Amino acid sequence: MEHAVAATPAWAVLAYLVAGVLFILALRGLSSPESSQAGNRNGMIGMLIAVGTTLALHPTGLPLIIGAIAIGGGIGWVIAQRIQMTAMPELVAGFHSLVGMAAVLVGCAAYLNPAAFGIVDSAGAILAVSRVEMGLGVAIGAITFSGSIIAFLKLSGRMSGAPILLPGRHILNLGVLAGILVLTGVFAMDAAAAAGQGPLLWIILGLSFLIGVTLIIPIGGADMPVVISMLNSYSGWAAAAMGFTLQNTAMIITGALVGSSGAILSYIMCKAMNRSFISVIAGGFGADSGGGGGEKGAAIQKAYKAGSADDAAFIMQNAESVIIVPGYGMAVSQAQHALREMGDLLKKEGVSVKYAIHPVAGRMPGHMNVLLAEANVPYDEVFELEDINSEFGQCDVAFVIGANDVTNPLAKTDKTSPIYGMPILDVEKAKTVLFVKRSMGGVGYAGVDNPVFYADNTMMLLADAKKMVENIVKGLNGGGH
Amino acid sequence: MDFLSILSIFVLAVFVGYYVVWSVTPALHTPLMAVTNAISSVIIVGALIAAAAGAITEGGGLSMWLGLIGVVLASVNIFGGFAVTRRMLAMYKKKDKKPAASK
Repeated sequence: MEHAVAATPAWAVLAYLVAGVLFILALRGLSSPESSQAGNRNGMIGMLIAVGTTLALHPTGLPLIIGAIAIGGGIGWVIAQRIQMTAMPELVAGFHSLVGMAAVLVGCAAYLNPAAFGIVDSAGAILAVSRVEMGLGVAIGAITFSGSIIAFLKLSGRMSGAPILLPGRHILNLGVLAGILVLTGVFAMDAAAAAGQGPLLWIILGLSFLIGVTLIIPIGGADMPVVISMLNSYSGWAAAAMGFTLQNTAMIITGALVGSSGAILSYIMCKAMNRSFISVIAGGFGADSGGGGGEKGAAIQKAYKAGSADDAAFIMQNAESVIIVPGYGMAVSQAQHALREMGDLLKKEGVSVKYAIHPVAGRMPGHMNVLLAEANVPYDEVFELEDINSEFGQCDVAFVIGANDVTNPLAKTDKTSPIYGMPILDVEKAKTVLFVKRSMGGVGYAGVDNPVFYADNTMMLLADAKKMVENIVKGLNGGGH
Repeated sequence: MDFLSILSIFVLAVFVGYYVVWSVTPALHTPLMAVTNAISSVIIVGALIAAAAGAITEGGGLSMWLGLIGVVLASVNIFGGFAVTRRMLAMYKKKDKKPAASK
């Protein structure tokens, strides 16, 4: 290990440190929208320094390397330009899988050519500590990869979002996990592995790919914000493990940053659903569709008031304040632009319009904020749950569009409900609730009926979210004046 | 640098990460994920070393190709991650004094 470090000149060590600091500043910039773009530039400069330093230290094989960067960079750039904002969750999941795979490839390359990474002792054997780092890095990378692929397939609708429950999955997962840890220990002590031989690393790799799949398939759609944050965290730890192998400060700082970032986001998401991290990981939430089906039947029997777009336009025109509560349904039907138009028309009529965002609305943290920003909704009209929840009592209209579970008052009262204890937006306290929903049949992802549908002050607007909002916009333009 | 110095940097960086990330406004959590994704592709450093070394070491061929594929994947992430973050951040606007100027 010592001679490898001696081979890294001081300027390069400092350059990697500067890159790490710039990555910290990139995240720091996100504390407010004003500073965020400068932060992102810091991140790009940091990456440029890290890549440039590495190329300067290892100036061989450049044509192929530059070709590889050009191919990957070109693909990435085109994807970034073309991607729809509503598809952001699956894009992020897809990107996570690439980080995971890259970590796997780096780990395998280091195992096959350890001298190049300076992780051999004087006899040419791979250092034991490097083998631990390598084993863990490859394992975390592989879990990130296959887990993110499953998350990507679920989020993009190529695979059902419903939980898939294997029999005995907890025992299976715990067993495989224990197997990976034990094998990593054996890998560190094995003489053949030190010489770069034997199947141990490949077995660790195979088991890790497997457990990535079995860990994510039982987790349902509503828990995706947690899953995607968790995979974000894993991709960071994978980078950190590789950073230990390479003794590279930029990688270690970044890995630690990303790892804690993902962990904090997972924590915030779990808290916003009043679920423990363990119960999310265990999966199966929203799987009891048998019971859900029965409830659905009952739900249709109960009396509710349905209204038309013109009714909604009339009510909101004559209101003083409207709070809009968007959810995943808004993203699915791409209603954000029509919604902003509706908001603008209402503001022109002198109505105060605000947006209320639940932390787990959508399929990833901050999903709704991005969509509203895309539709040119100023971010100072968009409020988080704790900042706006007290205002529902004084507001005339709560306009719920594509959200359900996050407005369900049963979370406050019904101890038997699966969503009991989840902080919710108190839409039922508004004078009138306008609830846009595709049909009365579907209940939220949690499979729970929502009493707000049947409340006296609720008017259900049953239609596709985008069509409904467009018709309300027509009503606001044509009717009334 | 010995293992313990590296470990110290790691542990301190976890704490820095903890405080920095809590200061991120919830409205920017999606860009946060996109940008952390981009910076975690700093793993490209390892892929570059493998790719560069493969060109000069005897028997480093497979390692080189693994490295090159790693470079491609990480580059997708770096360019894609930073570009999509930039695109998202450019959309966050404050309330406009003159609505006509917005667009």
